Amino acid sequence: MRHRTLTSAALSRRGFITVTAGGLLVAGCGGGQGPGGGSEEGVGGFTGEAYDGPALTLAYWNGFTGGDGPSMQALVKSFVSEHDNIDVENNTVEWLDFYQRLPAAAQAGKGPDVGVMHLDQLATNAARSVIVPLDDLAEALELSEDDFAESVWGPGIYQDERYGIPLDVHTLAMYYNPDHFERAGISEPPTDAASLDEACRALQAAGFDTPMWMPNLWPAHLMFLSLLWQFGGEPYAEDGSSATYDDEAGVQALTWMREQVDKGYSPENVDIDAQYVAFKNGQNSITWDGIWQILDLEDSGARYGIAPIPVIGDEQAAWANSHNFFMTSQAAEDEDRANAAKTFIGWMSDQSAAWADAGMIPARNSEREKAQFTDSPQASLGDQIDALHFLPPVPGLGDVQVQTLEVGVSEGVLGRRSPEEALSNQASDATELMEQNLERFGG
Amino acid sequence: MLFGGFVLLPIVLGLWISLHHWDYTLPRRPFVGLDNYRNLLEPGSVAFEPFWNAMEATGIFTLFSVPLLIVVPLVVAMVMNEKFPGRNFFRAVYFAPYVLGVAVVGVMWRFLLDRNIGAVNSYLGALGLPDAVAWLSSLPAAWVALVGVTVWWTLGFNAVIYLAGLQDIPTELYDAARIDGAGRWSIIWNVTLPGLRPVTMFVTIVTLIASANMFGQSFIMTDGAPAQQTRTAIFYIAETGLQNFQMGQAAAASWILTAALMLLSLVVFGVFRARGAMDVS
Repeated sequence: MRHRTLTSAALSRRGFITVTAGGLLVAGCGGGQGPGGGSEEGVGGFTGEAYDGPALTLAYWNGFTGGDGPSMQALVKSFVSEHDNIDVENNTVEWLDFYQRLPAAAQAGKGPDVGVMHLDQLATNAARSVIVPLDDLAEALELSEDDFAESVWGPGIYQDERYGIPLDVHTLAMYYNPDHFERAGISEPPTDAASLDEACRALQAAGFDTPMWMPNLWPAHLMFLSLLWQFGGEPYAEDGSSATYDDEAGVQALTWMREQVDKGYSPENVDIDAQYVAFKNGQNSITWDGIWQILDLEDSGARYGIAPIPVIGDEQAAWANSHNFFMTSQAAEDEDRANAAKTFIGWMSDQSAAWADAGMIPARNSEREKAQFTDSPQASLGDQIDALHFLPPVPGLGDVQVQTLEVGVSEGVLGRRSPEEALSNQASDATELMEQNLERFGG
Repeated sequence: MLFGGFVLLPIVLGLWISLHHWDYTLPRRPFVGLDNYRNLLEPGSVAFEPFWNAMEATGIFTLFSVPLLIVVPLVVAMVMNEKFPGRNFFRAVYFAPYVLGVAVVGVMWRFLLDRNIGAVNSYLGALGLPDAVAWLSSLPAAWVALVGVTVWWTLGFNAVIYLAGLQDIPTELYDAARIDGAGRWSIIWNVTLPGLRPVTMFVTIVTLIASANMFGQSFIMTDGAPAQQTRTAIFYIAETGLQNFQMGQAAAASWILTAALMLLSLVVFGVFRARGAMDVS
């Protein structure tokens, strides 16, 4: 294992061209027209050779504002030191603003050349012609479906073209307080509904009155989606024509969430972020949150354990998302920029094991075998990779979800409406919005 | 030129946008006539409930915050107008919150008012009062919190304007009233308040418009919770236009809000003028 890591590092130092030299396919599929069309010369035909044209500066945007920021900046720095003719100007924008600002900036011609966005945003931005297909890059890098979990590979494709090169996978995990568990005599983290219930009761008996706080806002909808998939449901029709989370699986999922409050495991009305702050303060023994919190927990010095979220429904499943590299249509207009951008993405993609330092799970199967990941706290979640579910690549879905599903989940957890009512109201609105979107984005 | 570029053009453009399905990131922006308005005004459409819910939230907020923001600063200003030791210090204390940005105020109060881990509930509990009020995620507590924070935050501004108004009332009027044997309340009623009428009208209209444009507090403190009950009209417009890229719908919503505000301002003007006319006669 150790040997492998060394070899790979040595190779990457010479540029990834050495690695990919075998697979120089002249893709030449520049005809890939997004709905915007027109401005895509320079796309396609990337052969995998490192950019060797005149020196230029790439504008690179991402949203790594948290503990993952320094890790990304270190990667950028080492890229720049290895490439004399490419400088990278890093611009970090909070994710929340990122998806508002990127289309606006791209529209004004002031956007980035390359960047990172979430898997579930690729389709939206592809439909808006903000980003361009990267099939030739994927081929030149010899990225293939075999090297990725299928669930992360598929949603990067919109209308038969690949728009993102996956860097990592991140999912929900169950964090627990090992000291509390010890005092309550729990030796193993719970793995299903029964053992979780038992653990909560044991914790209550040990004096922790509210051992598992149930949020009604972020990340409540991620918990809901995970549970829905566990109960065998699907939130949306694959073709983006309707919302289907108000079926039995959805109701079971939301009912379970509310039950945790009714049983007294969670206080009523947990406000934004309170469950996480309380966890760090030792007031809350179990919380489900994204693995991106690992770095923050490490920094805070809090004692914590991490495990896959328990199987509440019928099968193992968890919500997941993925950070993907993209190239903008702005960069595609200039062949030099396009090649430099692809060189950058290709190099970064090869470093995804190093990215495990940022608390993420590398997207490539081969990278997950490296020590940088297997020694990380999140390694225990790596086996789960095939049970991860991603939202389908439907343009505009993210915006619809904020207005509908998230509101329904919030109402259900707060007990303002019954799970059935909360979900069916929102799902029918969502379906209508999704139909409008299909029309808006030209299907 | 300035008027044309910064006032007239946006108004006309806004009207134009509101007649389209205007997603500025898409090449296709079809003309839809009054469809956006119809969506907002017709019960049963997807946009109807969220929009009127937001208008209602703005209405509730305005209804409770404006009277408080007219009366409380007036009282503060009258006290600050008296001579007592440490007067400048207190004036500064009341004005201080106003210099903070909405982000600072919002984030700070969000933590203080948290139901389970906030300082406010913790102190209430220590005093033996109910300590489980969900200030940020239940009604009507969320409105108490939002109005309370807004009053705390902006009362200094109104108080300063009142104070300037108070200092403009000629002392002769007070002297004359006192010679006529008027009592303390009678002086306030017959000299101070009429003298403040123009200032009060200004404060009322400015506060009304500011309250109707409330966005930051609920955006940061409650995120519209519970459900979308505290999502205000501007919140709705910003979300629709900038986050969901439905500029047409957002522009139409802005026009409806603007019309409502203009109507309300006219009413306020009318009330003050009627009162003014009565006094003169």
